[in-house]
Amino acid sequence: MSETTGGVEMQEDVSGVVKKFLYVNRKAPYGTIYALESLEVVLIAAAFDQDVSLVFLDDGVYQLVKGQHTKTIDVKNFSPTYRALEGYDIEKLYVEKESLAARGLTPEDLIVPVTLLSAAEMSDLMDGQDIVLSF
Amino acid sequence: MPIVVNGQSYETDEEGYLTNRTDWNEDLAKEMAKVDNCNLTENHWEVINFLREYYEEYQIAPAVRVLTKAIGKKLGPDKGNSKYLYELFPYGPAKQACKYAGLPKPTGCV
Repeated sequence: MSETTGGVEMQEDVSGVVKKFLYVNRKAPYGTIYALESLEVVLIAAAFDQDVSLVFLDDGVYQLVKGQHTKTIDVKNFSPTYRALEGYDIEKLYVEKESLAARGLTPEDLIVPVTLLSAAEMSDLMDGQDIVLSF
Repeated sequence: MPIVVNGQSYETDEEGYLTNRTDWNEDLAKEMAKVDNCNLTENHWEVINFLREYYEEYQIAPAVRVLTKAIGKKLGPDKGNSKYLYELFPYGPAKQACKYAGLPKPTGCV
């Protein structure tokens, strides 16, 4: 994608269809590239003005935990970038209640405000999407 | 392709973006701009400094749409628009200003 105005003025009229995209994050932030790749895809795709939701479940909830220190494993701490999502108009962040509780975490431990959903509600959310991308 | 400023050599990538963000200094920004025939004014610095603060806070260089909106919030609507930013940075505000700010190229730009 080359640099454009992001299609702010034109996208909905021209391309028309807005689909519901759900990005499912289920892996710990470091150790694999999944979390970072997912975040980058989300940021790039944000330019297309689709209806985007992000889900964090299983070890994926660790991606949002406050106070990450990555110096000793020599990788970039990209967790502050989740706070930039709001500026990209990505405001629907969902965390699975059970996954969070199983890891002894609460919403106060997370770097961004999220909506908690039970596993059953999560299933409904997924059901209502056009496209689900799992990382 | 290193860039030399005040007798010091700095590593850049093939497009001229600084390899080590911590190498950045104002003279380096001026030298990069000079290569592009761009004379940095107060208005340029406002955007460059904004980008450096944004990166410090979020660890990414913003997409141009996000930059435009954020500049508008901080500096007012007469500056938070594509026309103003493209006049300052004709090669693309995100791309060109990020380069002078010593940041990596914004995610989503190729």
